[in-house]
Amino acid sequence: MALAAALHDGFRRDPLTAITAGFIVAICGLALIGPWLTLHDPLATDSANALRLPSWHSPCGTDQVGRDICARIVYATRLDLFIATSAVALAIVVGSALGSVAGFFGGWVDRIAMWVVDTIMAFPLFVLAMGIVAALGSSVENIVYATAIVNVPFYARTVRAEINQRREAGFVEAARVSGNGSLRVLAYHLFPTTVPQLAVQMTLTMGWAMLNAAALSYIGLGIRPPTPEWGIMVAEGAGFIITGEWWVALFPGLALVLVVLSLNLLGDGLRDMIDARERR
Amino acid sequence: MAPLLWTILRRLVLGLPTLFGVVVVSFSLTRLLPGDPAVYFAGAAPTPEAIADLRRTLLLDRPLPQQFAAYLGDLLHGDLGRSLVTGQPVLQDLSTRFPATLELTLTAIALALLIAIPLGVAGAMRKRSGIDHIARMVSTTALSMPSFFTGLLLVFVFYYLLGVAPAPLGRLAPMGFPPPEHTGFMIVDAILSRDWAACRDAAAHLVLPALALAIAAVGPLTRVTRSAMLAVLSSDFIRAARAYDLPRWKLVYAYALRNAMLPVLTTAGVVFSFLISANVVVEKVFSWPGIGSYALEALVASDYAAVQGFVLAVATLYVLINIAIDILYGIVDVRVRLGG
Repeated sequence: MALAAALHDGFRRDPLTAITAGFIVAICGLALIGPWLTLHDPLATDSANALRLPSWHSPCGTDQVGRDICARIVYATRLDLFIATSAVALAIVVGSALGSVAGFFGGWVDRIAMWVVDTIMAFPLFVLAMGIVAALGSSVENIVYATAIVNVPFYARTVRAEINQRREAGFVEAARVSGNGSLRVLAYHLFPTTVPQLAVQMTLTMGWAMLNAAALSYIGLGIRPPTPEWGIMVAEGAGFIITGEWWVALFPGLALVLVVLSLNLLGDGLRDMIDARERR
Repeated sequence: MAPLLWTILRRLVLGLPTLFGVVVVSFSLTRLLPGDPAVYFAGAAPTPEAIADLRRTLLLDRPLPQQFAAYLGDLLHGDLGRSLVTGQPVLQDLSTRFPATLELTLTAIALALLIAIPLGVAGAMRKRSGIDHIARMVSTTALSMPSFFTGLLLVFVFYYLLGVAPAPLGRLAPMGFPPPEHTGFMIVDAILSRDWAACRDAAAHLVLPALALAIAAVGPLTRVTRSAMLAVLSSDFIRAARAYDLPRWKLVYAYALRNAMLPVLTTAGVVFSFLISANVVVEKVFSWPGIGSYALEALVASDYAAVQGFVLAVATLYVLINIAIDILYGIVDVRVRLGG
């Protein structure tokens, strides 16, 4: 397959991107099988062992009610990855539908679609997400919807620009002449050409979607305690920072930073690869 | 001056449909908020009559289009409604708290530019060198840090470990007397009234939250500075300037950087809106009494008017900032002729 060959070639030239890709695969694996690997129950409290420093027994220490922080971080991986991937997937579906139609048909369809996109972009996006979760109710599902809505403009714009640019291209005309209807041309001939740029946009916004969701639960929207989630774990540890119990907030925060950092590195690497391929 | 005024007017008109969209969205969002504010504010043991009464005063018994029309009418009179939590007009609440947010955000943008421009320029001047890789690592890491976590890390290191920063609790020490208010910017006010102790205290309280915010902005600003500088450095007029043997500093700072500032300015506008978002979180970490923490309190209490006022104020500000940037373009780059 061409894509696999391109990836293989790209990874050989850019080992850092290969390493981050490997790390992300490992994190996904951890999200899937992590709960079977941990020795502790993430919800089991143990007040005799509250706020213990990291030790051999619990490598990230315990929190204010004696729960094992390491186990909670591992369990949270699944939830955090689920929120980010489903939000981004939703945003891609809605955003590319909006962007394709706007870019392909132009005219008033384009104007209305872009008005919607511009209106979303006129909000500070985190504030909008905050308002949406507050309005729809605090739940994981609504964090996903809110994060998806604030991500839609990026995909809509990317796809619209790509489609607009190729709308008059020769291969589109050829497809039309051979009797394909407008929607068919759009779906089978034009849209696939936007996939590389969509992939880049996806890895670049995935990390941001994760930060967004974690910040929502940090300010107390969405996920409720005692559910383990990185943002809420940092929030629970925030009060202990000024009294010196650093490990309660540090480890979940580090987990979040590491995953987002590797997503961003992968996004940069992929973008360079695709740019290089398009230039060739 | 006339063409400049004309441009400002035209940009304002172009911003109107977007602003209308913002009003519609913020209105419909806050009407969906769970919880009935009439019940919330009727007190501990509400009688049905009291609730019905409150619903009438709050216009909650009218159909939605009527509520929206009333809201629009009030907006046109500059009336954002009354906050149910503080009992004050929302516009007054926002304007007393806004200087704290503005002080924080402007300091953060200034700090971010101070970090990002040298990094980006250095990266572009010596492409693929050690400093370029460091700049890239710094910007990617900064981009991956949630600002609440950055804030907590800064508090831990500078307050708990080193003991050089004050406790993250607001703009002044608990026993500190705020200087008489002129501008609302605590530091400026302290300087105006020659209260040096308050000035030092306010600056000490400002540094960490501003740095936490700034780090969130360093990533995009460094990248855009680097790529804009690269584009400018490879352009013909720089080659010509090199051929004339202009001094290197003049070439880089007077010619190249000035031209590279355009995309940096655009990004600074986007970053500003992003920082207003990040503000909400950072203000919570540092108990900063700005509009972000006001909005959070309002959200928790389903205080319709206050949330709408905050969202509207921030979105309006964002549109205005973009207009300001368009106008700044004309000053930085004479090729953009305003109103032409």
